[in-house]
Amino acid sequence: MSHHGTSPSLTMGPVYYLWDGPKWRDFHFRIADEAPVDRVVIGETVCSKRQHFIEPHLAEVIERLEAAGKTVVLSTLSLVTLERENRQIRELVADSEHMIEANDLSALGLLNGKPHDIGPLVNVYNAPTARLLASRGATRICLPPELPFTSVETIVADAPGIAFEVFAFGRMPLAISARCAHARSKGKIKDNCQFVCGDDPDGLPVKTLDRQSFLVLNGVQTVSHTCQALLGELVDLAACGVSALRLSPQDCDMVAIAGLYRAVLDGMLGADEAIVQLRDIYPAAPLSNGFHHAREGAAWVARARDIAHGGA
Amino acid sequence: MELICPAGTPAAFREAVDAGANAVYCGFRDETNARNFPGLNFSRDELREAIAYARRHGTQTFVALNTFMRAGDEEIWYRAAADAVALKADALILADFGLMAHVAEHYPQQRLHVSVQASASNVDAINFLVDAFHAKRVVLPRTLTIADIARIAPQIRCEIEVFVFGGLCVMAEGRCSLSSYATGKSPNMNGVCSPASHVRYRQEGKELVSELGDYTINRFPAGEAAGYPTLCKGRFDIADSPAYAFEDPVSLDVMSEIDALSAAGVSALKIEGRQRGKAYVAEVVSTLKKALSASPAQRTALLTRLRGLSEGQKTTSGAYEKRWR
Repeated sequence: MSHHGTSPSLTMGPVYYLWDGPKWRDFHFRIADEAPVDRVVIGETVCSKRQHFIEPHLAEVIERLEAAGKTVVLSTLSLVTLERENRQIRELVADSEHMIEANDLSALGLLNGKPHDIGPLVNVYNAPTARLLASRGATRICLPPELPFTSVETIVADAPGIAFEVFAFGRMPLAISARCAHARSKGKIKDNCQFVCGDDPDGLPVKTLDRQSFLVLNGVQTVSHTCQALLGELVDLAACGVSALRLSPQDCDMVAIAGLYRAVLDGMLGADEAIVQLRDIYPAAPLSNGFHHAREGAAWVARARDIAHGGA
Repeated sequence: MELICPAGTPAAFREAVDAGANAVYCGFRDETNARNFPGLNFSRDELREAIAYARRHGTQTFVALNTFMRAGDEEIWYRAAADAVALKADALILADFGLMAHVAEHYPQQRLHVSVQASASNVDAINFLVDAFHAKRVVLPRTLTIADIARIAPQIRCEIEVFVFGGLCVMAEGRCSLSSYATGKSPNMNGVCSPASHVRYRQEGKELVSELGDYTINRFPAGEAAGYPTLCKGRFDIADSPAYAFEDPVSLDVMSEIDALSAAGVSALKIEGRQRGKAYVAEVVSTLKKALSASPAQRTALLTRLRGLSEGQKTTSGAYEKRWR
């Protein structure tokens, strides 16, 4: 059954990893041309040292996305400590013709009174916080991946007038540090890193001493080894009034991922079949949805419906 | 500079006051604060008595309400704020914008401090909190160098408090879901990190294995002291080489830099350790209090004595020193 019009849209989140300029450009060209997403968030979000890799391609990427009818949103850095980082956000806020997605408190402060979006790295855990941010100009909030569905439902119900997004695909951002564990693992420190994180376009695996896959390093950011996959949960998310699902780019066929989510939202593909296909498109990581079900984030909770099916 | 000291129990609170703390910080016995550990923290009555004791000795009391309000259960945090105000806490230490807005609106006279969990790491972030919620002090995240602090101080319109001694977060505080990824319990939502309820130790041959949830956090060969499996201080394999991927099992000690911190514009020095016993609190507070007024030579001797109390007996100056990055 299709619910077009009220059905949530898809948003492509910012690329968290360091991809070289041409790879980053071509990825967005293809998203512009082929992916059924309404919004695309672009811009370096993890490490200010990486900015120059994408800067030469920003204008052409924006042009291509807009020509394809996508709404382009510019993402800000999630950890701001240096003067030049502060300056860059001030300039972005002062000059940008595009919507900005705030990922730290400095951007929140500077965007006061202007329409803006809030990224998943800002701590919005309850409706009073969402309403406060809305009173300062926020029109759309991507909720943190850590939130259980019970919180998502309550926030969406108690903060009307704000468009909410939920992080539905991708390795989850779990932590960010002033220290670069990625550089450190290759015998360097942040200040002389030589962009070693660029060697790992889907991140660098961290295993336990018992060889369990656990976490993944992405420069100063730590993401989950598991890939968030909210597919069986889309019906509930749509029903509670979530406006959009966010797909966070991994080094895989993201056009196919977007097509899969769109097909499930449109009732053209069952969630169970979509989960099988998703594992095929992105085999690098096991799937998880634990946070959504108020469990440990790495957990995979099979749907009650699946179990009922199995028993029938 | 003020010395801000931790208390997880009424006994530790009195020790901190007696040892010369300028202020003691503590929390209620529930999920409204980031040290929600079994057997710790204060009932309303205990806090009333503690505040009275502190006031008689000229010591201030700060109440930490520094977790994020669970959607739909905001009343728990609002009630905690109302009670702390009614008990005449000298400051509330807050992290959640929704709670900051509530306190600023309903208790405009109440002094509001920004918790380290709010992650206000730069000038524009701090001034946002001063403008929006009239914050009087910010506890800086452990992501800044002393030079960064010196640059920030003259540009902000509130006081600065920094951590100088005790446990050390490797990740930007208040922005870390590593614990809930492995255990379902996080600092932001539950006030716990790497909770004891999810910790197991098992002997495997000659090695002691420490686990958090389903994950091995460390393996200790015979003879090596086994530490608590705090997730970010575990030993992991990256590209087949085992190492402390994020940070060694160390604790923070920048007391040797207190002159530089003072020159940088810091008003208050904070000691971590609400989970510590009263003997630890008494020893650390009295020693650091003496160190603050001692000559450089005396100070070195005093600080050396404290080293034995530090976690794993190894310390770091963390992000305050640029090379740590």
